[in-house]
Amino acid sequence: MSSPAIEVRQLVAHYGDRLILDHVDLMVEPGEIMVIMGGSGSGKSTLLRQLLGLHSPSSGSIKLLGQDIATASAAQMQDLRRKMGVAFQGGALFGSLSVLENVMLPLREHTRLDEQTMAIMARMKLEVVRLGELGELLPAQLSGGMVKRAALARAIVMDPKLLFFDEPSAGLDPVVSAELDELILTLRASLPMSIVVVTHELDSAFKIADRITVLDRGKILLTGSVPEVRNSSHERVQDLLNRRPRPEEIDADAYLRRLTGG
Amino acid sequence: MAETRPRLLAAGLERLGRVCVELVEEFGYYLALCVECGYWLVWGGLRRQPVRWSAAVQQMVEIGLAAVPIIFMLSFAIGVMLAIQGIHSLRQFGAQSQVVLGIALSVTREFGPLMTGILVAGRSGSALAARIGTMTINQEVDALRVMGINPVRYLVAPVLVAMLVMVPLLALFADFAALAGGAVLCKLELGLSYQAFWLQTTHFITVEDLMQGLAKSGVFALVIAVVGVTNGFAVVGGAEGLGRSTTRAVVLSISYIVLTDMIFTYFLNRS
Repeated sequence: MSSPAIEVRQLVAHYGDRLILDHVDLMVEPGEIMVIMGGSGSGKSTLLRQLLGLHSPSSGSIKLLGQDIATASAAQMQDLRRKMGVAFQGGALFGSLSVLENVMLPLREHTRLDEQTMAIMARMKLEVVRLGELGELLPAQLSGGMVKRAALARAIVMDPKLLFFDEPSAGLDPVVSAELDELILTLRASLPMSIVVVTHELDSAFKIADRITVLDRGKILLTGSVPEVRNSSHERVQDLLNRRPRPEEIDADAYLRRLTGG
Repeated sequence: MAETRPRLLAAGLERLGRVCVELVEEFGYYLALCVECGYWLVWGGLRRQPVRWSAAVQQMVEIGLAAVPIIFMLSFAIGVMLAIQGIHSLRQFGAQSQVVLGIALSVTREFGPLMTGILVAGRSGSALAARIGTMTINQEVDALRVMGINPVRYLVAPVLVAMLVMVPLLALFADFAALAGGAVLCKLELGLSYQAFWLQTTHFITVEDLMQGLAKSGVFALVIAVVGVTNGFAVVGGAEGLGRSTTRAVVLSISYIVLTDMIFTYFLNRS
């Protein structure tokens, strides 16, 4: 049995004094698409930042490809980062570089390939995300969906073993969003990688996920396959699936008490 | 009333303590940033992660060449004003012919580097804070980190190199521009020829005077770069936060420049 691609144990994270993640456990198998789902403020973005090593946890451990990121040396961490790709919510493309140069950047920094080979490899990835003709444009000249696809091309240019995708559907119309979901599925079929997608879009999550983890107020409510999540009897999971607000969110008195600190 | 006074005092002391801790933290960060830049400049190449010299050259053009017209205009005006005030003051003692000494020393030791520092802080320091801040908000800095690219090496070191090269050069240029302004005014007011002005200037000022100005401008360059970068990385809260950080970068840079200048002047001119 192969070791998990991602293993999170008893992860606790704070923002100042506020508890954001409360003893979170998560396991992602090799080749699996894991969707982390939850409402606003559920802690899913914080969990992603922890997985990416952008923040240190208060306690608990995170192992990526068998390497504990808290105890990894700088060289080990650097090696690990070469095996990871991240497509950020807004793309995070560098505005002063063309789309092609953006995609070439990880190759330029981590390989000793000549310019021509790097350009060919970057163009191949742009073809995969169907942006082959637009490599010379600047990110500002692209639509929202194109930016996300360009960010995806940059994330996969080093053929990562782990791919993280933050809110792929955010800000996109349903058609473009569905195209991106198809692209994620195509990628998984063609490249041997584990994919973690953070989203609050139910349709997208149900379409692409092998398993779904539902987060609420920093705690994992449930991890399971799509049917298991759909059929869960957990009240809060059903609230999320049926878009029902929490009672305290529509209680005007409670809202006023929170505002006044009463 | 009697009870509230100690409470106010305690609150005031607590606030003062917090400000002191924040200041120490901020200066510690400045120092760490300088050390890390130095590390990448020296060892980056050996670790096969070199500083981007092409970006440094690009920054030199933006910080230096693009600032030449405004530096010339303002420094020339400062030279003219110094000459007007000098002639007016010295005329009371019948010593207006000595005005060149005052202009030459004050320009090379003080006004050239100071004006350059303030102008670069306002022009390039704010742009630097805004650029890094925008990158922070757009998660571009996070993207660099997760790609295994050190943001200090990639973004900060080229800017620091460009500042350290261009600010002293601009200060030297500002010296000449201000002296030119003084020379024009002296010709108009005193009938002093340009050649005589130049001869007197070179007679009065020494290499030490020039070096004093250049050393100061090197420190100003460091201040503008680290304050701009620090405030850029610290941006939180979207566009409003970006505006706040940019303003803070400019205000802090100019304040530190003036304070540093005062300390330099005090210690270098005691004998």
